[in-house]
Amino acid sequence: MPRPTADRARAHDFRAEALTLGYDKTTIVEDLTLDITPGAITVIVGANASGKSTLLRGMARLLRPEAGRVALDGRDITARRSKDVATVVGLLPQQPVAPDGITVADLVGRGRYPHQGWFRTWTSTDGEIVAEAMAATNTLELGHRRLEDLSGGQRQRVWIAMALAQNTDILLLDEPTTFLDVAHQIDVLDLLLELNRTRGTTVVMVLHDLNLAARYADQLVILKRGSIRAEGPPAETLTAEIVDDAFGLAATIIPDPVTGSPMVIPQGRFHRTGTSAMLG
Amino acid sequence: MTGVRAAARAPSPSRDSVPDASPTRVAASALAARRQALRRRERRVVTGLAVGLLLVAALSLSVGAYWVSVPDLVATLLGQGTASENFIVLTLRLPRLVLALLVGVAFALSGAVFQSVLRNPLASPDIIGVTGGASAAAVFGMLILGFGALSTSLAAFGGAVVVAVVIYALAWRGGVVGYRFVLIGVGVAFMVQGLLGYLLSRADLNDAQGALLWLVGGVSGARWTNIGVLAALLAVLLPVLWLLSGRLRALQLGDDTATSLGVATERSRLLLLAVAVALAAIATAAVGPLAFVAFVSAPIARRISGTGGLALVPAALVGALITTVADFTAQHLLPGGLQLPAGIITGVIGAPYLLWLLATSHKSGKGA
Repeated sequence: MPRPTADRARAHDFRAEALTLGYDKTTIVEDLTLDITPGAITVIVGANASGKSTLLRGMARLLRPEAGRVALDGRDITARRSKDVATVVGLLPQQPVAPDGITVADLVGRGRYPHQGWFRTWTSTDGEIVAEAMAATNTLELGHRRLEDLSGGQRQRVWIAMALAQNTDILLLDEPTTFLDVAHQIDVLDLLLELNRTRGTTVVMVLHDLNLAARYADQLVILKRGSIRAEGPPAETLTAEIVDDAFGLAATIIPDPVTGSPMVIPQGRFHRTGTSAMLG
Repeated sequence: MTGVRAAARAPSPSRDSVPDASPTRVAASALAARRQALRRRERRVVTGLAVGLLLVAALSLSVGAYWVSVPDLVATLLGQGTASENFIVLTLRLPRLVLALLVGVAFALSGAVFQSVLRNPLASPDIIGVTGGASAAAVFGMLILGFGALSTSLAAFGGAVVVAVVIYALAWRGGVVGYRFVLIGVGVAFMVQGLLGYLLSRADLNDAQGALLWLVGGVSGARWTNIGVLAALLAVLLPVLWLLSGRLRALQLGDDTATSLGVATERSRLLLLAVAVALAAIATAAVGPLAFVAFVSAPIARRISGTGGLALVPAALVGALITTVADFTAQHLLPGGLQLPAGIITGVIGAPYLLWLLATSHKSGKGA
């Protein structure tokens, strides 16, 4: 449970400044400025090809900006020592890869890389942080198992454990719920919420599912063709008008019966409001 | 809801000091025990391989047309042997053994690094044409330029480096991806084979036979001066590799994860490939392209150690074991007193493994 100490998450100022990103000659994200709220969960949503994964990759310095910059505490992340950035910003890629036969404990332990020097001596602090990361993700009892023998949900928890072992204040995740069934999606998102609430980790993630995004986000960033269409708490941003504009989807927004967050009910061509009686 | 969130948000325990909650403590010690068990296992594997290597070494030094008993062998190695024993053990057999051992280590580590950096079990210097480049250059030197042993070695080294640079340049698209590197490497290997065939077909029969012998690869031409050069180069390359092994472990997790761990992926990959090419090049320059040693050693070592780790030390020992056993087999174990270059034996071991790998690779397709 949380204990009253200084809020370290608030120490880091992480923002995209007039960021333009693209591949080869195609510009995907253009002149985008985004302030990440420290200690909050920011969820980036958008239609396919709206640039949400590209934006996340840019913020994780996997893509070099064509213009603008990503600044961490006021300094360009590509200008800082990569290993130093790695102690503050962690990333879980959409489809992480691992060598065959790797054990869970070995994989999670590799998250300690940025904290180790040239001679990489494994300290008891490393051991404790890895154990803590595995305890937090409920993967301790998997330590001796091979990654490839685990289920999709377990594997995703292990990867999150590795990102946690990196012990960063900011954690970026690219569609962490893809390929998971709905129960495991909730499981992973609950885990991230718990980490955010108990450790103060700033979470920035890309999600596909608007209703899950609305439920878990403190800040929602809605992208449309590489620019921010709306930004702010879900209750203020996820309106029928914006959903229609950003996704091209006619929808009715109702309060989520569980959390009260906005819930998007798509209409579709055959189910206009009031016509359900006809089908029933 | 907001109240709960705010209350939970504010506190954030300092994270490099772990809370003294006992479950974490217990978990940490359980994990530490687990880590130690893995390390013990790797140490057992390393010890086992080292003992095996020692046995093979003792056999190679004592067995032959003139048998040397173990006590005599020890005495000879300690400088108290008779003149004939000194000649047989120290002049004839020991250089051969040491050379086999060193090139085994070099080939094995080269293959291990290639396969891990490029994340592909087929990405070994003998498959992607790096040792082939060395061969072509060496044969060109021997047949066309009339090179002696030393210049042939230098040509082999140069050929390996040139081919590696060509593959790297062709595979470059704002970065290097493993599978493209491997495909281009396989293509280059075929071109190099074609060149070799052309050179051999144009050569005088006697010269061609000498070149063919070199192409099979063997340690029979061992001399202490060559061994000294090889050992000195290894003494530089192995520590460099050890320093880079942390980055190699990160690169195994893919470029995205490695970058987020703070590894400069392109630069690290280039450095690691340079070390791997140098290892393959010096080994090929010393003994010719010993088939498949680079290709099979690391996968075998990983299978034996079973820890899922990088297993560089076991891989080096497996490589040394393969080359020494192959040379011993080629000298003493063939029917009818037939003596062959060690490269034929390693080829006979390695080719079935390649087939097995190709037949079962549907399982993962990502490999090392």
